[in-house]
Amino acid sequence: MLEFYSNVIVGGLLLGAVYALLATGLNVIFGVMRMVNFAHGEMVVVGMYVGYGLWAWTGVPALAAAPIAALLLFGMGYLFQRFVANRFVEAPQHMQFILYIAIALIITGLHAVFFGPDPRGIQSAASFEVYQLGMIRFDAVRTQAAVASLLLVAALWAWFRFSLTGKAIEAAAENRVGGQAIGIRIPHLFALTAGLGFACAGAAGALVAPMFDVQPYLGGEFTLVAFIIVIVGGLASLPGALVGGLLIGLAEALAATVVAPSMKSLFSYGLLVLVILLRPQGLFGKVEG
Amino acid sequence: MNDRRLSSTRRTLLKAGALMPAFGFPGLVRAQTGTLKVGVILPLTGVLAFPGQQTRQGAELAVKMMKDQGINIEATYVDTESKAETGRVAAERLIRDGNTVLIGAWDSGATISAAQAAEAAKVPLIVNVASAPQITEQGFTMVFRNFTSAGQLVTSAVQRIKELPRSASFAPKTAVLTHTSDTFGQAMLGGVKALWDKLGMDIKIIDVISYDVRARDLSVEIAKAKALNPDLMCPITRVNDAILIVREMVKQDFNPMAIVGPGSPGPYEKAFTDALGKFADDYITCVPWYDPSRATAKAVLQRWAKEYPGDRLELNSGFGWEGIQVAADAFKRAGSTKPADLHAALRSTKIEEHLMFGGPIQFDEKGQNNNIGGAMLQIVKGEPVLVGPSSIAQAQPKLPMTKWKARA
Repeated sequence: MLEFYSNVIVGGLLLGAVYALLATGLNVIFGVMRMVNFAHGEMVVVGMYVGYGLWAWTGVPALAAAPIAALLLFGMGYLFQRFVANRFVEAPQHMQFILYIAIALIITGLHAVFFGPDPRGIQSAASFEVYQLGMIRFDAVRTQAAVASLLLVAALWAWFRFSLTGKAIEAAAENRVGGQAIGIRIPHLFALTAGLGFACAGAAGALVAPMFDVQPYLGGEFTLVAFIIVIVGGLASLPGALVGGLLIGLAEALAATVVAPSMKSLFSYGLLVLVILLRPQGLFGKVEG
Repeated sequence: MNDRRLSSTRRTLLKAGALMPAFGFPGLVRAQTGTLKVGVILPLTGVLAFPGQQTRQGAELAVKMMKDQGINIEATYVDTESKAETGRVAAERLIRDGNTVLIGAWDSGATISAAQAAEAAKVPLIVNVASAPQITEQGFTMVFRNFTSAGQLVTSAVQRIKELPRSASFAPKTAVLTHTSDTFGQAMLGGVKALWDKLGMDIKIIDVISYDVRARDLSVEIAKAKALNPDLMCPITRVNDAILIVREMVKQDFNPMAIVGPGSPGPYEKAFTDALGKFADDYITCVPWYDPSRATAKAVLQRWAKEYPGDRLELNSGFGWEGIQVAADAFKRAGSTKPADLHAALRSTKIEEHLMFGGPIQFDEKGQNNNIGGAMLQIVKGEPVLVGPSSIAQAQPKLPMTKWKARA
């Protein structure tokens, strides 16, 4: 029984770590620009197709595909923010929502046109591998993805915390007018932030490609998971996204074990409702004054 | 007009018609005048797109093959986007566009939705794939289902499992059932549980594990099943969850005596065997299947290989093909494209020579074809092979299955 529960908990935490990276991109963009990227899940799907494509054409594994997907999505995010979304930063929220929903629909449509509706999976020997540590079994693909996710989230947190550009972005997020007054190039920094947010989504997509078959219509599910994590962890908080991801992964695994597997989602949403009721700013979020 | 040329053309047609039975379609030999407009409703995008597209391939092939028989069918395909509620809208649009018979809609929810529009407009609806009992139990007069109801599907599946040959190394006593928590999964589970005792199964179901149809991870579900150490693993699945289940079983080194899907669509698909490679082998599933001994099956397989090289003719494409055959047969006998005439002709359908295993295609007073047989397939070297019933079996089932770590 101990072996059974230990493996369930490890499995939940590994999945939670990947969830954390999934939510980080959404959190970064919201934290800095206060824009809710409803196309976030679709960006993850782009990353999945990059991961799948690289594997199918050149045999590149997911770990190596992740930086390539991140770089590609960074470019997309930077250009998109610079030339399109920056015009909506001061626009009413409903206009921002429509913009991102339109982008989500366009990306889904393009995926369907270019790749068709069929699910495509990375079929490598690694899909069936496990690392055994005593009685604990670590799913190889999931462990690699989780470790890479944790490293990426930590690197992003350190960059925001210690680099000059990171501090400038935080300053711009805190006080846009003040930032402009001291010469911070707000449009560039916003584009940089969007690039980072998209890059997180792209890397997460490439990392999950060996776990979940990719098809054009997955975006909505990923966006929803990212939203739950961000709200539970706290809007605009990177540690919050990490803890939120781990919590949701663990809650789903335990709910499936203790209650019923089909009740997994119910527990995620239950946790979400509980946080909204008891701590609306999320576990690590700040109360906005 | 040159009478001689006309006469020659007529003679050529008559000769061609006389030769038709030799190609396996004895019932469809008379060249049909006019064109039948058929509206085909399928999930061509969304989560059900994969089987929806396969069903379309079968229908498209049938349209071509019917044309070769002199029966002109113009098929218009409308996508339900895998949403149940769009079935009605799709049907209304097709009826407005002049289609006088509808075929669809792969998924039970969309089929019921489309049936309401068909009923209101008095246009026949031939159901190609959809097993929910209520499709033929709600009093629809326009519905003709050429697919098994969940009850039929389950009865034949449990019967096939009961017939599995026992031996010293294969004498299962316990089973765990897993199923999706959607309408299909619940309906199938209810049927399996009810029939399990009724048919006198000597295997005890020790647990039932349900999971969300959109689940992307089944590690906990498989861990729970493994902890019970059952002799048989009986997953009620579609293709994606079947892949997830086997992957997890391999990772967790969970080796029951056999994996037997009772009425599970999916594990015969190329997506399944491509995804799992050697780990797909020995998986058994019980579903309707084409009868390879039939002349129609031989002709369809030959043409299929030519039209879709690399793809596999399977349940969805098979019933997609037969849906068009049923419409063509009614059109031929009615000699009319009017919905009322087609409806009357469909009522008296009796097609002896067709593709799928079972008796003649004919519909009871509720519009159900009760003659569809249930087959048992086992994956052997990446290909589905018929292992039951004995009347059409191509091989004996390999039992118990090879342990995961022993697979070369």
